Amino acid sequence: MTVPKDCHPIIEVRNLRNAFGEQIIHDDLDLTVCRGEILGVVGGSGTGKSVLLRSIIGLQTPEQGHIDVLGENMVGRTEDEAKNIRRRWGILFQNGALFSTLTVAENVEVPIREYFPFIKPPLLDEIAGYKIAMGGLPPDAGPKYPSELSGGMVKRAGLARALALDPELLFLDEPTAGLDPIAAAAFDELIKSLQQRLDLTVFLITHDLDTLHAICDRVAVLADKKVIAVGTIPELLALDHPWIQEYFNGPRGRNAAQSYEEGPVA
Amino acid sequence: MAEDTEQQTDQRHGSVYRVAGALTITRAATTQRELEALADPVTIDLSEIDRMDTVGAWLVYRTVRDRGAKVIGASRDEVSLLRQVEEFDKPTQVTADEPHNFIAVLRELGEWVAEAGSTLVGLLGFFGATLIAFANVIRRPKKFRVNAVVQRFDVVGVRALGIIGLMSFLIGIVIAQQGAVQLAQFGAEVYTINLIGRITIRELGVLMTAIMVAGRSGSAFAAQIGTMKITEEIDAMRTIGVSPIEALVLPRMMASVLMMPLLAFWAMITALLGGGIFVWLDLQIPPLTYIQRLQEVTPLTDLWIALIKAPVFGFIIALSGCFQGMLVQGDSEEVGSRTTTAVVQSIFLVIVLDAIFAVFFSSIGWV
Repeated sequence: MTVPKDCHPIIEVRNLRNAFGEQIIHDDLDLTVCRGEILGVVGGSGTGKSVLLRSIIGLQTPEQGHIDVLGENMVGRTEDEAKNIRRRWGILFQNGALFSTLTVAENVEVPIREYFPFIKPPLLDEIAGYKIAMGGLPPDAGPKYPSELSGGMVKRAGLARALALDPELLFLDEPTAGLDPIAAAAFDELIKSLQQRLDLTVFLITHDLDTLHAICDRVAVLADKKVIAVGTIPELLALDHPWIQEYFNGPRGRNAAQSYEEGPVA
Repeated sequence: MAEDTEQQTDQRHGSVYRVAGALTITRAATTQRELEALADPVTIDLSEIDRMDTVGAWLVYRTVRDRGAKVIGASRDEVSLLRQVEEFDKPTQVTADEPHNFIAVLRELGEWVAEAGSTLVGLLGFFGATLIAFANVIRRPKKFRVNAVVQRFDVVGVRALGIIGLMSFLIGIVIAQQGAVQLAQFGAEVYTINLIGRITIRELGVLMTAIMVAGRSGSAFAAQIGTMKITEEIDAMRTIGVSPIEALVLPRMMASVLMMPLLAFWAMITALLGGGIFVWLDLQIPPLTYIQRLQEVTPLTDLWIALIKAPVFGFIIALSGCFQGMLVQGDSEEVGSRTTTAVVQSIFLVIVLDAIFAVFFSSIGWV
């Protein structure tokens, strides 16, 4: 469960402690994400997967602990200092979090306009159109408003916005939740190919066993307020932890493993 | 990181664009300008680049696509990035097609009229649905949700006492003060009491209460029901077999209809109190005389008029609040806009009805 030898850490979490009042979510949690990998984060409901994500991206101030992202300390920094980091990551929220008063194209343009106000509208539109195509949206999606999109399209639009600034680091919060299996498989495929082409590091929270098998290099398991194990799926299977065994060896886990061995979903 | 560009222009061979360092979004605007300034045919030399992102690749690619530029010195990664950009170069629509201005105005006008018409029809339909639900409840009184109605009484009525009382008290003072100033010019300050008595009881007490209830409760009805629409609670109710009109709309409507007269009466009393205190302190008319004069100058029909209007206003407020709430579909943003519409619609309808009532009661001789 140690960090791989050739790992260049891009996210380092040390001794993280998060609590809401009396309720302790994380206690003494450690996690390292290496450059260029797709790290899947799994855990039962209520184990604090989303809270961990929010701590890493600075939406939640931890009670205690040390978080380094892209070589910079994230805890207790000012908004101005954080700006440089925010430019280098992209985040896909669980429900897309598209700005509902803006069209898809305008949503994609928001981060570009914010950081590069000198780019003129024609080029901006070209870049937005290109990112929309890259997110796998149909050509007529640009002028649509989020309320006119289906669940899968909202996720793709959210991904297009997350990719707007060519991030080095991509956070995905349950990207395939609520998608039908075909759309989910296509989304997995999209993330994998984008990750390889754009040299991304992906931090992926998921419940989807198919996603874990299909695209994740390593998987981190959250339980008992900590990351109890990190490793490839075979490495995790070798462990004797009841939750991990039940998770991967339950009926759904076996099915997912089987279908993956028979040939990855195209 | 050293970032440097070099442009050479040669009449015979065209121009060469050579970039060193990073070709990324950071310098997209500059790169675009520089590339556009170059004469064709352009050759882009990427051999000294150490980082290129998708925006940089896009700029190179579109120069190749549109102007037939030649790319030299690209590494394997850069070639694959360029190829990827090419793959995603699909005709993608970014902005909506805008119709002709005049036609757009006409269409908007038409849509507006059609929407106003369908709102009216919908409101009537909703009115009918509540009547049916009411009839159902009368036929089977066991289905009547006493607890829900009592809870609404509390929210709509009891909790509004404070703010409505304070508002009316202040309005009573304002009417007395303004009336006294104007009437003093004719030496007729004593008629301030007529003014206070008639205007608060006949008109302002009930009208201001209706506006306050529309803002307080009508908006809450729309927001609550609208949120329940979005979270599919109302669909869940229907599938279980509970009629949302009976469970949600009727209690709110009854609370609003029954509480409005009480609140309006309370508003009149506090307004008379406010006016009385002003009259006492400023015009030195003692409270007993004030009450006596009020009895003499204010006909009882004024009170009947107010108490007839109040439940009707309450009904209108609850009707449009619940109706707009039920119309919510789609996203949470619509809850906000529907709530606004509910308040505007109910206040508008209340004032229209008030005008009709004024003409009606005058013409039957209740003046």
